Parts: sequence; structure tokens; C-alpha cells
Amino acid sequence: MKILVGISKAPDTTTKISFTDNNTKFNEDKVQFIVNPYDEWYALVRGLELKEKNGGTVTTITVGGTDHDPIIRKALAIGADDAVRINTEAADGYMVARQIADYAKDNGYDLILLGKETIDYNGSMVGGMTAELLDMPYVSVASKLEIEGRTAILERDVQGGIEVVEADLPLVVSCAKGMAEQRIPNMRGIMAARTKPLNVIEPSDAKGLTRVVEYNLPVEKGEVKIVDAENMDELVSLLHNEAKVI
Amino acid sequence: MRTDQYQGHDYYEMDELLTDEHKLIRDAARAWIKKDVSPIIEDYYERSEFPSQVIPGLAEIGAFGPYIPTEYGGAGMDQIAYGLIMQELERCDSGLRSTASVQSSLVMYPIWKYGTEEQKQKFLPKLASGEYIGCFGLTEPDHGSNPGGMITNFKDQGDHYLLNGAKLWISNSPFAQVAVVWAKNEDGRINGLLVERGMEGFTTPEMKGKWSLRASATGELVFDNVKVPKENLLPGRSGLGAPLSCLDSARYGIAWGAIGAALDCYDSALRYSKERNQFGKPIAGFQLQQKKLAEMITEITKAQLLTLRLGQLRNEGRATSAQISMAKRNNVEMALKVAREARQIHGGMGVTNEYPIMRHMMNLESVVTYEGTHDIHLLITGLDITGENAFV
Ligand SMILES: Cc1cc2nc3c(=O)[nH]c(=O)nc-3n(C[C@H](O)[C@H](O)[C@H](O)COP(=O)(O)OP(=O)(O)OC[C@H]3O[C@@H](n4cnc5c(N)ncnc54)[C@H](O)[C@@H]3O)c2cc1C
Repeated sequence: MKILVGISKAPDTTTKISFTDNNTKFNEDKVQFIVNPYDEWYALVRGLELKEKNGGTVTTITVGGTDHDPIIRKALAIGADDAVRINTEAADGYMVARQIADYAKDNGYDLILLGKETIDYNGSMVGGMTAELLDMPYVSVASKLEIEGRTAILERDVQGGIEVVEADLPLVVSCAKGMAEQRIPNMRGIMAARTKPLNVIEPSDAKGLTRVVEYNLPVEKGEVKIVDAENMDELVSLLHNEAKVI
Repeated sequence: MRTDQYQGHDYYEMDELLTDEHKLIRDAARAWIKKDVSPIIEDYYERSEFPSQVIPGLAEIGAFGPYIPTEYGGAGMDQIAYGLIMQELERCDSGLRSTASVQSSLVMYPIWKYGTEEQKQKFLPKLASGEYIGCFGLTEPDHGSNPGGMITNFKDQGDHYLLNGAKLWISNSPFAQVAVVWAKNEDGRINGLLVERGMEGFTTPEMKGKWSLRASATGELVFDNVKVPKENLLPGRSGLGAPLSCLDSARYGIAWGAIGAALDCYDSALRYSKERNQFGKPIAGFQLQQKKLAEMITEITKAQLLTLRLGQLRNEGRATSAQISMAKRNNVEMALKVAREARQIHGGMGVTNEYPIMRHMMNLESVVTYEGTHDIHLLITGLDITGENAFV
């Protein structure tokens, strides 16, 4: 089975967020980047588990510049066989999906696994658009994935329960929590990653369709008022007069 | 203990001087520790027990001989990778780092440097994978800072050596499969012997009652007419310089490790000072607390720079014993001071097991003593710069 896993970078969750270029660009200065957790913990690790069970290969794909190489090496250290980097800056979800689809269409993948979203821009678009561009079925936000023959059996968490879905391969899946357990790269993997191929490919002519006008930080949280448990009247009056919610 | 919220601190952007691979190795070690060791360390420390279940994990992250060539089961990494792993281990607990230091620098290193090809093939892969744990016997009951005076000795009996004597304060001894033992031959020259568990007359009683390094096992090595096969002698080097070269490697690891302990104390103190309110504001806002925190990160940063440079020199094979000695002494003393200041910032909470500070502080009392006491390292620098020997 040939598996392709999308890997992108995301700022570490402790990052202090700021913007440059008139609030149109995320300020990457001094930011620590990690592998987007949904890509790493769920899509990649599940891909590796399926390979270990059924045989085959796991290739990672990343749309981005050389600054992505460290996170790609980490994915290789965790166990991917080889990596592809489409050498261009990601413009928007459509552009990334087109680049992935343009690469994947001639390479015969049985399964394309992506994270359900990146934890920075939270676009959640790439999976659906990639599937459409490749004319493949798509299952989003899956928390479980098994393969039997040429059929995938997936589970999705839905309001109040679980939905079980079946789809034929080839298939695109966006992966959510529950799909696999995080794997920490070990020393053997880190050593092996040195010599695994990282193929840099020039982009197709796909362009983005949207432009970011401006980023704004969320409004600062106000001060917390602590009301004594005994003092119901004060609480009611604050909710009524200040918060104006009752 | 609380969940491990540790974050590294890199005030001078030293990460830029590391390779991506260094960072991957460091971050993997940190992630493994947070997952598998931080949740149990306090408990094992209190019970005064080595958590032997972490041995396979230590091997996985490459803590056992990362700089040993791959043909012997090592990872063939450089000295900075080794240092970073030691830093992350000691960030969690000095005892954890001690176990890995002994295995890497005091057991694998001498076998790699001074052993025969057969000895390397027999022991190194098993030590790298954690199947074997080793220990290093230099110190004796009456010879600590002065190991050259040792009385443990061996006699050539034709087809074997007969070993007699005793070693004290030996990390990992109670469960080690192999001990690198330093003993004098009939001419009074120090040699290394590989003494294996199960050899007749060889026992390893555990020492109890340590208030420090409680999560690391320490014991004796007792040799009562032990017949050691001749092929177990390390032929590559003899004299006091042989064990001292191993100490160079271990002290280098300790220099990194001590930064880890200091970083953990600083990290905890910084977080606590921002969360703890007194007189209506976070205690981080008081000048006296800021002085402590500012001095801590300054001293940590200086130690980081010193140690990274030492790593570069070691990679080039140029670091002198005296340079390594300075880093060990400076960094351990720095870590002890940081731990004491950090403890005060935590107020009363600082004396509890909710925070790692007291554990680090108590651990560091061993670290400042073993592998050459603080005083002995001052004498090493003193001798190096003046040419005058003040040891005797
Ligand atoms: C937890 C722990 C683990 C250890 N693990 C190992 C191990 O795995 N293998 C091993 O071989 N050893 C090990 N050691 C032993 C350690 O290396 C010795 O404790 C250390 O070398 C000091 O020796 P000592 O305790 O005999 O102290 P002493 O040498 O008796 O020193 C006592 C005091 O006198 C001072 N002093 C001694 N000589 C001089 C001098 N010339 N000038 C000025 N001051 C001097 C010292 O600085 C010290 O303050 C371990 C020790 C501990 C605590």
C-alpha cells in the first residue's frame, strides 16, 4: 500500500503571536516551529501503523521552503520512508491542495492522510479539496481508520456518538484525535533520517484564490471578579447591571 | 508532583549554534522524559529506588553511548548530542543522568578506547541497548579524592588474575552485569579489569541511607579472591591516566547535566513567581524576586555558552582535562546556587515534593562531590594556571 501523508509546520503552542507587514503576515521571528500535531500524531503515525501491518511505503509531502526541512526530518525520524517538499510558499488552502494533487495524481497512492487542520490557521480545507481534485472519496475528521482489502472502515465522532463510514481506496482522510498515539522519534530513527530521501520538487503553476486582508488579535480578556459564595445578591446584580446577561 | 510543564530557556539564542539533528535529539529526550519519567520520578526518589523500567527508554533515546560508533551499537553522534541528552536527563533528575553517564562515559568509553576487539563486540552492543548495565569502580573506602592510593590489586596466576579489594560509592553496582574495576598489578600500576556478575567471590551490596541521588542505586564492589579471566583486562592503557580519561568524558556530561538541573529550577521559579500573588500582585513584580531570577538566568546563560564551546573543543579532540574540570566545577556550583534561590522563590511550597527543587538541590550535593569534589577541581585549575601542585 502506498501512503502519502501531508506534513506542515505550526508554531509551538507557547508562541507569543504577533504580525508584521501591516498586520497581514504572521511574525515568524523567534517562533519555534513544530510538526502540526494532527499531521504528526494522527496522520503520520496511523500511516506508519498501517504500513507496519500491511506492508507498503509512507511518503510525506510538504508545501513550503527550506525552513520546513527540520520538521520533515522529524517525520522521517519518526518513520516515514521518504519525503517530498514542493518548493514554494503556501498561499492558501486551495493552492496547497492543488500542489498536493498535482504531485499525487501520477504517483498512484492508495491513501492520502492529512491532519484535520493545522493548529495555526485552522483552515481545514486541504483534505476536501485534494480529494475533489483527485476525484477520490474523502472522509473528514476521522478518529479511527482500518483497511480491509481495498476498503477503508472509518469512525467519526459525531454529536452524541460515533459514525462508522466505509469507502473504497484510493481515499483521502483528514485525521483527528484518537486515530493513533504520539510516537517520539528514537535515536535509531534520527540516525536513519539522515540518509532518507527528501525530494525537492518545483511547484506546479497553481496559485491561491484568496488574500489575507488583515489579522487581528483577540480582544484582551478582562479582569476576573471573584464573588464570595455567600454573596448571591452581588453576583446577580453584577450579571444584571455589568455583564447585562440576565 | 505536578504535571511537568518544563520549557527550555535560551536567552542568547544558542539554539542557532546547534544543528537540526541536535535539536531533534534534545526534544525527543525531553518528550520521552515528560511522558515516561516525570510522572514517576518523585515516587521512586522517595522510595529510594532506581526505576529500572526506564532502561529501555534510555536506550531508545540514545542515552547509552551516543558517541560510540554504530558498528558497536552506538549512534555515532557528536559530543554536543551527548551533552544535550545529559542535560535533558538531569533536567528531570541527576540520578537518571548519573545512570546514563556511568554507562556511557565510565563503562562504554573505556571498553571502546582501551578494550580488545572481542571485548568491544561482547559488551558494547549490549550496553548500548540497555540489556547490560555497567558500573565503574575507582573510589575505595580510604581513597576518594586520592584514587592513586588505591589498594585493590590483582596478581597474575598464569591462566587468570586473582583480584582482591573493595570499592565504595559505586553507582549502578547493585544491578550491574559488568564492572570496570581499576586495580593495581604486582608492580603497583593501575589497570582496568572487566569483572562480570556471577564471578566467584564478587559481591555488590547496596548502600542505603543517601539523602541525595535517591533514584540512583549506589553500592559496593567486594572482591574476595575473584578469578578474572586474562582476556578481561583492558590492554589499551594503564596508569592513573586511564580512569582519569573516563572521568573527563563523564565530567563533560555532568557539565551539561548541571545546566539541566538549573534550568528546571529556574523554569519552575519563573512560572511560580508569575502565578503567586502577594500584597495584591505577582511576586515576580517585586525587585528582590527579580534580582534572584535575573541572576539565575545570567548564570545559566554563561554556563550554556561555556559548555557549548567546550563541546566544540571536544568534538575537535582539543578540550583539555583542565577545561573540562572548570566546566564541571562552575556548572555544578551554579546549579546548586540556582536551586537554593529557586527554593526561596517557591516559599513554603518550595520545600514540598509538589515541586522538583529540593530533589534537585539534594541531588546536586552528590554531583558537587563525585567525579572530583569542587575543591579538587579548584586544585586542578590551580595547578594548570600556576604549574604548582597543591594536592599534596
Ligand atoms: C552518590 C555517589 C555516587 C558515586 N558514584 C561513584 C562511582 O560510580 N564510581 C566511583 O568510583 N566513585 C563514585 N563516587 C565516589 C566519589 O567520586 C567520591 O565520593 C569523591 O571522589 C570524593 O571522595 P570521598 O567521598 O572519599 O571524599 P574525600 O576525598 O575524603 O574528601 C573529603 C573532603 O576533603 C577535601 N579534600 C580531599 N583532598 C583534598 C586536597 N588535597 N586538598 C583540599 N581538599 C581536599 C574534599 O574536597 C572534600 O571536601 C560516588 C559518590 C557519591 C556520593
